Amino acid sequence: MPIVELHNLKKYFATQKAVDDISFSIEKGSIFGLLGPNGAGKTTLIRMITGIFFPDEGQIVFDGKKFDPTNDIINIGYMPEERGLYKKMKIGEQALYLAQLKGLSRNSAMEKIKEWFVRLEMQSWWNKKVEDLSKGMSQKLQFVTTVLHEPKLIILDEPFSGLDPLNTNVIKDEIYKLSKKGATIIFSTHRMEQVEEICNHIVLINKGKKILDGSVKQVKQDFKENLFSIGFEQMPSLNGTPVFDLIATKNDSYVVKIKEGNKPNDVLKYFLQQNASINSFQELLPSLNDIFIKLVEGTSVTRQFLREETLQK
Amino acid sequence: MNKTFIIIKREYLSRVKRRSFIISTFLFPIFIILFIVGSVLIAVKSRELIKIAVPNDSFLKASLKSDSSSVLFVFDPSADQTNFDEKGYTAYLKPNRDSASSKKYTIISRKQIGLESMEDIRRQLNKAYEDKLLLQRNIDKKTLDSISAASDNAIKVNNTTVDKTGKEREANAGLAYGIGFGSGLLIYITMFIFGAMVMRGVMEEKMNRIAEVIVSSVKPFQLMMGKIVGIAAVGLTQFLMWIILIIILTSALQLFISPDTMHHIQDVQHNPAVGQNATIATNLMDAKAKIVGGAQWEIIIPCFFFYFLGGYLFYAALFASVGSVVNEDPQEAQSLMLPITMPIIFSFLILSTSISHPNSPLAFWGSLIPFSSPIVMMGRLAYGVPEGVPWWQLFLSMALLVAGFIFTTWFAGKIYRTGILLYGKRVTWKEMMKWLRRSS
Repeated sequence: MPIVELHNLKKYFATQKAVDDISFSIEKGSIFGLLGPNGAGKTTLIRMITGIFFPDEGQIVFDGKKFDPTNDIINIGYMPEERGLYKKMKIGEQALYLAQLKGLSRNSAMEKIKEWFVRLEMQSWWNKKVEDLSKGMSQKLQFVTTVLHEPKLIILDEPFSGLDPLNTNVIKDEIYKLSKKGATIIFSTHRMEQVEEICNHIVLINKGKKILDGSVKQVKQDFKENLFSIGFEQMPSLNGTPVFDLIATKNDSYVVKIKEGNKPNDVLKYFLQQNASINSFQELLPSLNDIFIKLVEGTSVTRQFLREETLQK
Repeated sequence: MNKTFIIIKREYLSRVKRRSFIISTFLFPIFIILFIVGSVLIAVKSRELIKIAVPNDSFLKASLKSDSSSVLFVFDPSADQTNFDEKGYTAYLKPNRDSASSKKYTIISRKQIGLESMEDIRRQLNKAYEDKLLLQRNIDKKTLDSISAASDNAIKVNNTTVDKTGKEREANAGLAYGIGFGSGLLIYITMFIFGAMVMRGVMEEKMNRIAEVIVSSVKPFQLMMGKIVGIAAVGLTQFLMWIILIIILTSALQLFISPDTMHHIQDVQHNPAVGQNATIATNLMDAKAKIVGGAQWEIIIPCFFFYFLGGYLFYAALFASVGSVVNEDPQEAQSLMLPITMPIIFSFLILSTSISHPNSPLAFWGSLIPFSSPIVMMGRLAYGVPEGVPWWQLFLSMALLVAGFIFTTWFAGKIYRTGILLYGKRVTWKEMMKWLRRSS
C-alpha cells in the first residue's frame, strides 16, 4: 500500500513550469530516491508533499486519504536542502522548540530529545549555541529534529552534504533503522552512488517532468547495453566476428557489446573455439550515474540543438 | 498548545532575555532625564553676557538702564569704536549722526552678536526711547517707575473651553502641545524601532535558512503573526517597565523632598538672596500638579496604548513582508523599506503642524487615515475630547486603524508566504503585487 500517491501534479510559476504533470506513488516502508539535476523541480515537488505549497492542479493522497496539510504535517519530517537553525539559541531549546512546533508536548519532546542525544553522543551539546557548532554537528542536530516526532514519512534533501564519512555512516545507519521500524523515506539528491546504495525505488525528474520511474534493479536492466567484460589469462587475438563488437581493450580483458540476435553464450563459444583461457565473464550494467547523465544530458542537448536550429531559421 | 503561541513565546523570551533589552529598558528613562537636564544646562550656559559701551553724548543717557542680565549698557566717554575691546567691552553703540533727528544706531563688535541678544538690545533701546518720550510729556520719573512696576505681567490670560452643555474645562495649550508632541514622538520612534526589529527577525530567519524548516511545521502566516505579536509583547513590556521605573523614580524623589524640605523651601522663599531657586522648586511642584490635573489622562493613556499597538500592527506586517523578500544585500532592504518609512516620516511632519492647529483639515484627515493616524491623533487627543477631537472622529479613526491593520496583515501575509522561500532573486514591488493575486 502506498503512503503517498501523486496524481497529475502541476505547479506553474510566472517564469517556468516547475512541476508539470507528475504522477507516481511511494510504497510504505521503502527508501525512495527522488533524483534530478539542479532546477528540475525537486524542491517544488517536495514542498507540495510537505504542504508548504499547494499544487495548481492534481491531487496528493497521503496514507490512503486526501492530503490535509494541517493534520498530516505531524506525520511528516522534512529536512530541506537549504536548512538552518537559530544561531543564538541553545541546542537543547532549539530542538525542543522545533519538536513543539511539530505538535509534541513539552514533556514527550524532552524525553525523545534526550534519547536521541544519548544515541548520537550529543548530550554535552545541550547548552551550547548553534554558532559554536561545526557544520557537521549542526547537520546531526537537524537530522534529529527532523525525525524526533517519529513521522511516517521522512523527506531528506541532500542529507549527507557537508558530512564527513564517519558521520555519514552514523546517519545512514539511523536511516536504515528508521526504515526497518516502518518509516518511509524520500531521499532527494544528485549523488548517484548513495542512491544506488540506499534506495529501492527511484524517480528521475527533469525540467518539471518525470522521465524515469522504477526499482533500481529494473532501471539498470532497462538501460543495459549488452556490454560484457571478458578476462583472459592470455589475451587472444581477434578476427572480425558477427557476434559482437569490441568496445574497449584493457590490460587483461576485453569489453564487448553483443550484437542483436546473439546471446552471451555465443560470445563464450567464439572464444572457446579459439582455445582462449577465460578466467572471468561478467555483464556490465550501467551505473545510475551513467543513466542519469545520459537522460539529462540528452534532453538538454536536444533542447539546445532545437534552439540553435530555430535561431538559424 | 497552539503553535502560534509557541512561536510568540520564543520570539518574546529570546528578546526579553537579551542583554540589550535589559540595558535599553533601564537606560532609556535615565537617558531622557539626562537629555532634559543637559539641554537646560546648555541653554543656561550658552547665554552670552554682552557689555556694550555707550558714548556719553547719547540722548538716551537719562533713560537707558539695563534690565536684563545678559545685556549690560555702560556709559563710558573714553570708549570709541577702535578701543572698546581693549577696555573690556563686547561691543560699542555708535549713533548714526547723518541728521540731528536720526534714530539709527549701529552695534560695532568683533564677533557677531546672537539673534536673541540683538532682539534684547533693540527692545531695550526702544523702551528707553519710549520712557524718554513719556518724560518729555511731563510724566515724572517716579510715576513712570511705579506704573511699569505695577503693569509688569499683571494681567494673566487663560483659555477655558466650554462645550454645548456648558461644561467648562481650563485649556492649557502649552501642556497639550507637550503631551501631544511627546506621545506622538514616542509612537513614531517605537514604530521604527519595533518595525525594524520585525524586519530584522524575518531576514534572520530567511538568511539562516530556518524558515523552510519551520514552515513545514506551521503555516507561514502563523510564523509571521507569531513574530509580530511576540515583538509587540516585548514593546508593551518595555513601556510597562518604563512606567514602573518613572513611578519609582518620582516617588523616590518625593521621599527626598520630605515635608521638612518643603518647609525649608517656604522659608527661603522669604529670603531674596536664595529665593530664586526655591521659586523654581515651587514652580516645578505647581507644574506637576497642573500636568497631573490638567490633561485627560484617563483618555490619553488608553488611547496611547491603542494607537501604539494599532500603528505597530499596521506597519509591522509591512516591515515583515519587506524582510521576507530581501536577500543577502542590506541595501536592497533600504530601497524596499522606503515606501513604508515615507508615510511614517510624513505623519510626523503632519503631527508637528497639526499640533498647533488641532482642528485644521490637515489634522482632521491625518488623524483619520490609518497611515498617519497613530501619530497625528495623539497630537489632537492631548487637547482633550471633545475639544481637540470630537468623539465620532476618535471612534472612526480607531475603526479605520483596525480595518487598516487587518488589511496590511492580509496583504503582507501574501507577500511573506512567497518571499520567505525565494532565494537569490531581486524582487520589485511590482512583482509583489502579482503575488497578491495568487490564491492559496
